[in-house]
Amino acid sequence: MAEYWNINPEHESAVRDFFTSVPEADVVLDFEIGEKDFVNSGKGSAEVKNTLKRLGIGPETLRRIAVASYEAEINVTAHSQGGRMDSYLYDEFILIRFTDKGPGIADIEQAMVPGFSTADDLVREMGFGAGLGLPNILKNSDALHIVSAQGESTRVEIMIFYGN
Amino acid sequence: MIMLSDYLALIDGTNLTPQLDPTQIEIKDAYVSDMLSDVMGSAKPGQAWITIMKHLNVIAVSSMTGVEAIVFAKGSAPDPAVIDKAIEEEICLVLSPKSVFELSGILYQALHK
Repeated sequence: MAEYWNINPEHESAVRDFFTSVPEADVVLDFEIGEKDFVNSGKGSAEVKNTLKRLGIGPETLRRIAVASYEAEINVTAHSQGGRMDSYLYDEFILIRFTDKGPGIADIEQAMVPGFSTADDLVREMGFGAGLGLPNILKNSDALHIVSAQGESTRVEIMIFYGN
Repeated sequence: MIMLSDYLALIDGTNLTPQLDPTQIEIKDAYVSDMLSDVMGSAKPGQAWITIMKHLNVIAVSSMTGVEAIVFAKGSAPDPAVIDKAIEEEICLVLSPKSVFELSGILYQALHK
């Protein structure tokens, strides 16, 4: 199992505290993500975005959360055998966890390099597969945690604070 | 800044989503790309998105980035299902016979005169 962490230094201690003892969330949303189901992919992210909008989260934070979440949802759709998306809403931040059924990421550091992609022709024809998904998630999140191995499932956790 | 309705008049544009009112949509800038991941990373609210891509995920990308207007170049119209989704998401869809180059140039001039 390989593990990747990136944490915005501004929120380092809050992120560490959170992952040490994960508290119960105020609101939980969950969605199934189907393999290559590009018709429904994005519905989970749209629901998260609309829920946060109703809660009064500002447009720039909404954009960051929606972009990071949708990129991750597309990744599960395009690259995995399907999976799920669980969103946990807290007072100060959101945690979105994506868990898929494999086949895993062979080299996470390589997958983080802008322009590197293993996407197939179908995905590329749709305008995805430019190798920008994970970099876009990194750019728009305060914490990004990836756990994966070749032949195993992948877990991607994204944490974004509302205050930024 | 110009209103989307003024831009429509300059590009022989058709509003594919008449339920949405282009006289109420402000255009401050544009983003031009057919690579959805690139648009996801760089498009901002207040921009029109000029593209030839027209499948369903285009609407999701607009919604996530906060883009309120998509301009489809070269008269290439999306399917009714895509239009329905755009109406639901309140994203105005515009069809124009002009090329991406012409559409960009006309908007650039209108914004910078």
